[in-house]
Amino acid sequence: MKKAFWLAGATVLALAQPASAGDSIKIGFVSTFSGPTAVIGNDMRNSFELALDHLGRKMGGKPVEVLYEDDGQKPDVGKQKTEKLIQSDKVDFIVGYIWSNVLLASLKTAVDSKTFLITSNAGPSQLAGELCSPYVFSTSWQNDQTPQAVGTYMNQKGVKSVFLIGPNYAAGKDMLAGVKSTFKGQVVGEEYTVWPSQLDFSAELTKAKNSKAESIFVFYPGAAGVQFLNQYAQAGLKGQIPLYTAFTIDELSLPLQKDNAIGVPGAQQWVNDLPFPENKKFVEDYRKKYTGLRPTFYGAQSYDAANLINSAVVAVKGDTSKKDEMKAEMEKANFKSVRGPFKYGNNHIPIQNFYLQDVVKDADGQLSLKTVATIVKDDQDRFHDKCPMKK
Amino acid sequence: MLVLVEQSLNGLQFGLLLFLLAAGLTLVFGIMDFVNLAHGSLYMMGAYFAATFVAWTNSFVLGILMALGATLLLGIALEFIALRHLYGRDHLDQVLATFGLILFFNDAVRLIWGPAGLSLPLPAWLTVPVQIVPGVFYPAYRLSIIVVALAVAALLYVVVMRTRIGMLIRAGASNREMIGALGINIKLLFTLVFGLGAALAGLAGLMQAPILTVQIGMGENILILAFVIIVIGGIGSIRGAFMAAIFVGMIDTLGRAFLPDLLRTVLSSAAASTAAPALSSMLIYLLMAIVLVVRPEGLFPAAKR
Repeated sequence: MKKAFWLAGATVLALAQPASAGDSIKIGFVSTFSGPTAVIGNDMRNSFELALDHLGRKMGGKPVEVLYEDDGQKPDVGKQKTEKLIQSDKVDFIVGYIWSNVLLASLKTAVDSKTFLITSNAGPSQLAGELCSPYVFSTSWQNDQTPQAVGTYMNQKGVKSVFLIGPNYAAGKDMLAGVKSTFKGQVVGEEYTVWPSQLDFSAELTKAKNSKAESIFVFYPGAAGVQFLNQYAQAGLKGQIPLYTAFTIDELSLPLQKDNAIGVPGAQQWVNDLPFPENKKFVEDYRKKYTGLRPTFYGAQSYDAANLINSAVVAVKGDTSKKDEMKAEMEKANFKSVRGPFKYGNNHIPIQNFYLQDVVKDADGQLSLKTVATIVKDDQDRFHDKCPMKK
Repeated sequence: MLVLVEQSLNGLQFGLLLFLLAAGLTLVFGIMDFVNLAHGSLYMMGAYFAATFVAWTNSFVLGILMALGATLLLGIALEFIALRHLYGRDHLDQVLATFGLILFFNDAVRLIWGPAGLSLPLPAWLTVPVQIVPGVFYPAYRLSIIVVALAVAALLYVVVMRTRIGMLIRAGASNREMIGALGINIKLLFTLVFGLGAALAGLAGLMQAPILTVQIGMGENILILAFVIIVIGGIGSIRGAFMAAIFVGMIDTLGRAFLPDLLRTVLSSAAASTAAPALSSMLIYLLMAIVLVVRPEGLFPAAKR
């Protein structure tokens, strides 16, 4: 009897769930929440939650429900989680994706189901070119753009030759191709390492040292960036061969990299000290809400993703079935981005500034990142011509 | 030529580090017939202990010695509380239980130290490059890993080949029931061997810590290599583990160093740079496959059961 009662109750609950779904905005969030790079996923979730707090946890008058799913940094798992969110949870939007290879594996599911996908980090070249879709938007960048800015900066510094090192996966190849496309000097060598398992770069550093290159460029996101800087310093290369980076030094890796990171320049489209009121609010409230933590660019991009979605939902007054109108609204990038105002290109990738960032000691004596200069203004990715969508 | 010297040192250093990990694994596997997947967790714990104790004591050497002791005690406690109940079970049960221990240790570390990982900074005297032959500078710390690991290998050799305990260990590896029947306290011997294996894994972990970061799950990838080594070297054989570890370290490093250039002579540059890392990471497994076909008992098997 008692069992039957519970069963009946459970059935009612199960039936009630889909009925109420239409009254809320459902967002799926795919990122890495386990393993060594879980800190990045946490930062993205923290920032997304903070954005929802700032929005009163409502969009277009409807409550927002977010389902977080862990991709474990694996493309096959990311694809499964994306399918689950779209097919069984029937989310209105899907957000996140740190890793280009995970995004590429998950992309087709979202596009085929006409679910809006907002990538708040990964920016593989294919997505900006032939795989661009009306349902996919980026609040980050195309992978090549940041290293292109680094290459431009190296030209400004008069660097004559470089040795490139990066991980052997979609983003690693984009990054090294990006530097090569703008750097005018000689590329002496190019090494790819096994990703994400290889953590010892002794063989690559030895080659870089013996190549007599004037500089080294690396792309190592997450903990690998800490390991690379450690080994670079231990090999005595600091002060001998200057290092240039993309996505290797951020607020998560800095507390571990410590003094190794001082004097190592990088480029970024967002830095914590950009002088926009929205950015100040984001950084200050983040530090208040999550004591001891500091937001990274991963978080800033996720914060922007929430606001981009909000702009679309508000425009259709919460009726998420009006996909064309939501798409048209999002193409305007009609929200206050923490990186400052930007426009979308035909492929839904931001046209934006890239800044030179440096590591400094801040007022509390803690190491932090600081904007030094603007390297490029209103930069558009170099694959937008290959995207069949036109403005 | 000088590049070759330097890359060989890199390979030797990596191989010796793998040896420390594999030595414990092969002892436990060979003598107790016990598959310990949690060996990688002990490696991780060694690194976490070292990072914590070095920060507490402000002394690199003291912190490392304390971490070594702590991992030894942890290994003994682990054997006493959990693992000794599994010796009679078949390998699948042991794999399941020790896999559970991996999850336990990962979450315990997350609870105690947080998810972000730690760093173990080196003292200044270890961060300078040393000139070993004219024109070849090598990081002092990597050189010290080579020295320490070689010393430990020599010590292990003396203990196993020249002492009474070592004789019992070797006897245990060749016939477990017999030494039990001869009145040797096999339980105590097992606890000691497991503790020794744990300390060796911890030593590998804490020596690797300043090069890598101290993070959750750091022992899992490297454990696979350790298993490859004991299969190549012959299960239960310390000498086999030593030789195989050096082989694997050399093949891995030299493959990474020279394969891309070699491939570039036959393939386009872009194809070569993509294929080389994939191929060089396969070389070790290729070696293992060949060894399994030609000498299934390993290159240097322990005495026959």
